[in-house]
Amino acid sequence: MSSQHEEEPVLVPTAETQPRSQHRPAVHAERIALVDLLDRVLAGGVVVSGEVTLSIADVDMVRVSLQALVTSVSALAQASDDEAVPGR
Amino acid sequence: MAADGTWVYAIAERVAVPNTPLAQISGVGGSGVRTIEAAGLTAVAGDVGLAAFGEEALRRNLEDLDWLEATARAHHQVIDAVALQGPLIPMRLTTIYSGDAQIAAMLSERVADFRAALGRISGRTEWGVKAYANRQPEANDDSAVTPGSPGPETGAGAAYLRRRCDQITAQKNARQETLASAEEIHAELSRYAAETRLHAPQAPQLTGTKEPMILNAAYLLDSAHHEEFAAAVTALGGEHPGLRLELTGPWPPYSFAGTGEEGGRR
Repeated sequence: MSSQHEEEPVLVPTAETQPRSQHRPAVHAERIALVDLLDRVLAGGVVVSGEVTLSIADVDMVRVSLQALVTSVSALAQASDDEAVPGR
Repeated sequence: MAADGTWVYAIAERVAVPNTPLAQISGVGGSGVRTIEAAGLTAVAGDVGLAAFGEEALRRNLEDLDWLEATARAHHQVIDAVALQGPLIPMRLTTIYSGDAQIAAMLSERVADFRAALGRISGRTEWGVKAYANRQPEANDDSAVTPGSPGPETGAGAAYLRRRCDQITAQKNARQETLASAEEIHAELSRYAAETRLHAPQAPQLTGTKEPMILNAAYLLDSAHHEEFAAAVTALGGEHPGLRLELTGPWPPYSFAGTGEEGGRR
């Protein structure tokens, strides 16, 4: 488990840093942070296979969408960083 | 109708829709929730149009963060409402079948696996703990170097290199220490759990914080252990000031409903 922790973290300015309260019950769907949710619905849950539309839904789908997510979020971050530069 | 697909949210033993919160929910793609029964199990499902949920459209839509978020939230909302009725096996996002008969066949085929999984998670919920390394204040990185440099050129250069090396060593040691702390925390919290699972730590791009995530763990807890678990998280946070702990839950058992290797550790 430790090997993936050793990398130097990549510092990317974020579009918005949401305050993440501790000990908040996660039962109300609207309040859950998207990252917490995606952790579970994309990486968790049971995978059943054998159906037509499902062929991409196994592992590939998760990888594809998470990549997309990272790309989208860093694009957002990039944009907000560019905006922030003149102010500093 | 032939062009439509059926989205599966979860599998449980018995699920009622009429006169329950499930009847009020518009699920993924805006459709209502219905059930398909076979082999003594119930699949909670909804209809989706293949214009948006066909293989090709899905690929495109999953690249759209807003679409992904709306879909993930709709999926979770249904699963959360099913969880009010008893133990359930959540399906991974984008589990789509071509029709009810195929879903019934899947239920019959895997009935033993699903029953075993339902037995394991019955009376239990999932809790998530993330640990972030508190960043050391780095303001002194440069300021510590600049003021001490009015010596001869070579001396200043050597001194700079020496300080830089020390800094790097200190950072490395700090990382080792936080890692050891995280392992200690995980070991301690595992004592309360029926099962545990380590997720890959999320990248700073996803978490929205510059603090590196070094632990992303899920714990399957008997309902009797929730309070002491939460108390343990608080206590451990106090004992390890180098880490910031974040507790989420209760979750339906997303990380623990796997019926085989497919949802296993990574």
